[in-house]
Amino acid sequence: MSADGIYPDDLKYTKEHEWLEARSGRATVGVTHYAQAELGDIVYVELPQVGAAVVAGEAFGTVESVKAVSELFAPASGTVAEVNGALTDKPDVVNRDPYGDGWMIRITMADPKEVDGLMTAAQYRKYIEDEAN
Amino acid sequence: METRNKRPPEGLLFEVSRPGRRGADLPPLDVPADGKHHLDRRFRRDDIEGFPELSEVDVVRHYTRLSRLNYAIDLGLYPLGSCTMKYNPKINEKVARLPGFADLHPQTPEELAQGALRLMHSLERALAAICGMDRFTLQPAAGAQGEQVGILMVRAYHQDKGNPRQVVLIPDSAHGTNPASAHLAGYKVEQIPSNARGCVDVEALRKRVAEDVAVLMLTNPNTLGVFEGEIETVARVLHDRGALLYMDGANLNAFVGQARPGDMGVDVHHLNLHKTFSTPHGGGGPGAGPVGVKKILEPYLPAPVIERDGDTLRLRHDRPKSVGRIRSFHGNFGMFVRAWAFILAHGPDGLKRMSETAVLNANYLRARLQKTWHLPYDEPSLHEVVFSDKNLEATGVRTLDVAKRLMDYGFHPPTIYFPLIVKGALMIEPTETESREELDLFVDALMAIDAEARQDPDLVKNAPHTTPIRRLDETTAARQPVLRWTPGQKEK
Amino acid sequence: MPGVHRYLPLSEAERAAMLKAAGFSRPEDLFASIPEKLRLQGALDVPGPLAEQDLLADLQGRAAENRVPDPRAQFLGGGAYRHYQPSIVDHLLQRTEFYSSYTPYQPEISQGTLQAVFEFQTLICQLTGLDLSNASMYEGASSVAEAILMADRLTPKKKTLLSDRLHPEYARTVRTYLAHIGIEVQTFGHRADGTADPQQAAQALASGASSVVVQHPNFFGCVEEVETLAAVTKQAGAQLIVAMNEPISLGLLKAPGAQGADIVVGEAQGLGVPLSFGGPYLGFLAARAAFMRHMPGRLVGEAKDVDGRRGYVLTLSTREQHIRREKATSNICTNEGLCALTASIYMATLGKTGMMDLARHNHAKAAYARTRLEAAPGLQFPDPAPFFNEFVVRLKGSAADAVRRLAEKGILAGLPLARYFPDRDRDLLVCVTEMNPKAEIDRLADEIGRL
Repeated sequence: MSADGIYPDDLKYTKEHEWLEARSGRATVGVTHYAQAELGDIVYVELPQVGAAVVAGEAFGTVESVKAVSELFAPASGTVAEVNGALTDKPDVVNRDPYGDGWMIRITMADPKEVDGLMTAAQYRKYIEDEAN
Repeated sequence: METRNKRPPEGLLFEVSRPGRRGADLPPLDVPADGKHHLDRRFRRDDIEGFPELSEVDVVRHYTRLSRLNYAIDLGLYPLGSCTMKYNPKINEKVARLPGFADLHPQTPEELAQGALRLMHSLERALAAICGMDRFTLQPAAGAQGEQVGILMVRAYHQDKGNPRQVVLIPDSAHGTNPASAHLAGYKVEQIPSNARGCVDVEALRKRVAEDVAVLMLTNPNTLGVFEGEIETVARVLHDRGALLYMDGANLNAFVGQARPGDMGVDVHHLNLHKTFSTPHGGGGPGAGPVGVKKILEPYLPAPVIERDGDTLRLRHDRPKSVGRIRSFHGNFGMFVRAWAFILAHGPDGLKRMSETAVLNANYLRARLQKTWHLPYDEPSLHEVVFSDKNLEATGVRTLDVAKRLMDYGFHPPTIYFPLIVKGALMIEPTETESREELDLFVDALMAIDAEARQDPDLVKNAPHTTPIRRLDETTAARQPVLRWTPGQKEK
Repeated sequence: MPGVHRYLPLSEAERAAMLKAAGFSRPEDLFASIPEKLRLQGALDVPGPLAEQDLLADLQGRAAENRVPDPRAQFLGGGAYRHYQPSIVDHLLQRTEFYSSYTPYQPEISQGTLQAVFEFQTLICQLTGLDLSNASMYEGASSVAEAILMADRLTPKKKTLLSDRLHPEYARTVRTYLAHIGIEVQTFGHRADGTADPQQAAQALASGASSVVVQHPNFFGCVEEVETLAAVTKQAGAQLIVAMNEPISLGLLKAPGAQGADIVVGEAQGLGVPLSFGGPYLGFLAARAAFMRHMPGRLVGEAKDVDGRRGYVLTLSTREQHIRREKATSNICTNEGLCALTASIYMATLGKTGMMDLARHNHAKAAYARTRLEAAPGLQFPDPAPFFNEFVVRLKGSAADAVRRLAEKGILAGLPLARYFPDRDRDLLVCVTEMNPKAEIDRLADEIGRL
């Protein structure tokens, strides 16, 4: 797997292959193109309830393919403000549109500065290239 | 595409059902209808909605036709690593069905069930002799339940000493039931890495074993088919800190009669009657997972235990330190009869010859395949060998495709994608009941598939082509699960 | 002659050739990776070898040591039930494609097993009135434990309430399973008629619980008031688990799912699986749709293949141990597949009318036995609630002694309750099925009356 996938420059990225888009104290979170390609066809996404607390670096849910389960790790700490309910019936959206309709949760961030510690698109591209080798 | 038989595929029972049909006639009721003990309407049902109505002929045809859609060990090799798919002797089926066994009610008073108790007692003693352990329990219904009981006994032992401890150590190559069972016994699971040879990293173990570690669960031979040569050291490292050694005995077929877990420092282990001892897999079960223990764990065995009282065998329930029960009644007795018959059929020399042949067959396959197929660990194989799809990388053909194409050659595939420490693993275990011709046919098939992968990869990627059904859309099956038939649900 | 054995096809010549091809000089070298000091010296201390005819004679002798009365004169229940197995059931089970096949992980060559299990799942749903069933579990007691764990996954309250009318071996198994999971087990009592007390359940529920477990019919034979118990449980936000020992009762009794049960679980041995001294048996687990992703055990689902053909496949595997390991819904791997097939063929053979008639017959015979015993002087009936095919009779003296004396006359009169409840030493649990002819029921009643 090389960095051929799309990694929008306006997003931030984590080592666990999540992306984050921050806007006025709110962060939208999903998984990257690399993640959905590695997982294969996604069959189920388990997400927290609105109001749940999330902690940076800790699991907030799981994503399943037919033969594997992976945990989803929060890129930032805060409270869950919105959950993408459409994923319950249509988990395949994560494969087709991981950065758009495939978004997973929106967090009200506890500390917006946490975002600075995340990778840029360029850093993430390099990271997955290094992982492949 | 070849012409298929024109008969439509087998419908479900509920689709071939016709109102008014029945497959069994009851004798006429020879007592009055229930009179004063008639069950009130509020308890009674009027109907079993959707329940099928079929004649005896319908039922026989339905299941006979269904059976022909299955592969089975009586049709050919099942090279499934760690499953030990050996031949199921037919005399075992006959003796398990003797009315004196098959019709015996579990609540029969002990004095009237001495034949059954004697068989169980004899089996326990034979297993103890084979494994070098002090005592066995036959209660667990499968290997996983055996693991669970084993770890519960370990916990009871530690608890008795004042500290139940918190952690179970499990190698990264272990079968999934190991951590699942440890969790059920209330322990936290921590992984121990494998070394470059695929065996437990003894130094890593030495660093980790402390007063919070209850037990290490070790599979031996491991899931690569390699003997854990340092097992005595492993046992010493554990015992020095008061921890115990559990052995997953799924791979026992590799060394029955050649070595015994009890001599290796193992304190407790399970084995699988449906693997080493030939009881049939039945399409998913039943099995049995007897557990052997050393004296130190004897007090904690599940109750009841079988004990001699003069000439009589009794079920002793009063075992104050027992971990309790993990099931009703005495265990999967029907499988005990089969396993006992298997042991009797072989005798001591036969059992030794069994493991020797199992290891010979695996090494023969290894020698013939290793020039073409990638061998991730170049350690001596016992009863099974693990290859990977690495040599096919450039073709785009993966282990899954190879497995599916093998079906076109008339074989069940090996175990795939396990152990997890090998990417694209193909775990091959032939067992001792295979002839040389069958093994050679299997080698030929794998060599042919290797050639196909290089010359015509799509043929392999789209396999199987000749099976009753082809690759299924497992993704949709998981996204929109349909787990039962409902009225109105029709085949389109 | 060494090496020649009916299950080991290789000849000496073949062995030698294969050994060489594999790069070994002597057979012992195959085990060179086992440290020398661990190598067993001498032979295993096990009997044999026996040729088939000697093996058969040996096992026949062993079987004959079980000196039991004619099955028609046996009245034992208490968790396992004697029913007639139609001849086609064993005939079909003995098709090698069914019994010698492996777990259907490769669906393309396992459609026989997979379709049969899909049918089994459906039949169990139809009998219990629930939405989902798994592909089987080990047996009744451990299945009840798994059901409690499942209920706690859906409504986590870390506590379960067990009726004291549950089969004692089931209660014991539940306690063993739950001992270190952090789920508290509390028992609630029964009413004078022998049934679980909804009031006591309600009281115990006041402090919160994830599930209430009742057995139906219960261990003492009593039919439970499932609707009332369901209402009380629902009110407290818990799950009602109805445990069953005798599935034939579902040919007569209302489907517990239709009465408000959230989970119906237990022993399906009564569906044509041989008694076989306690195993292999057949655990079943059925539940409402909400439990789908929390179900333990294998699940078979419908799927389409690349040619558009309908087929069946193991699905939702991410719940299971081989993927989720210590976070799995259960550790179960090998289940009771062939027993599930046995039960399926049995249910298909009996069919709707057969199941309902069979249940009626069982009840009628037990009612007749009860009526005859009520006419005998000095006998009491301490658990007088309605029953299906089992009930308790209190004798004038020790029930264990009575059983022994009647055994000498060729009758197994029932299960003395003292086996589980030492203070109930005069109480006998009598089970009557379609296997007991009127003449034997009459003889039982006469002999008990004479004690």
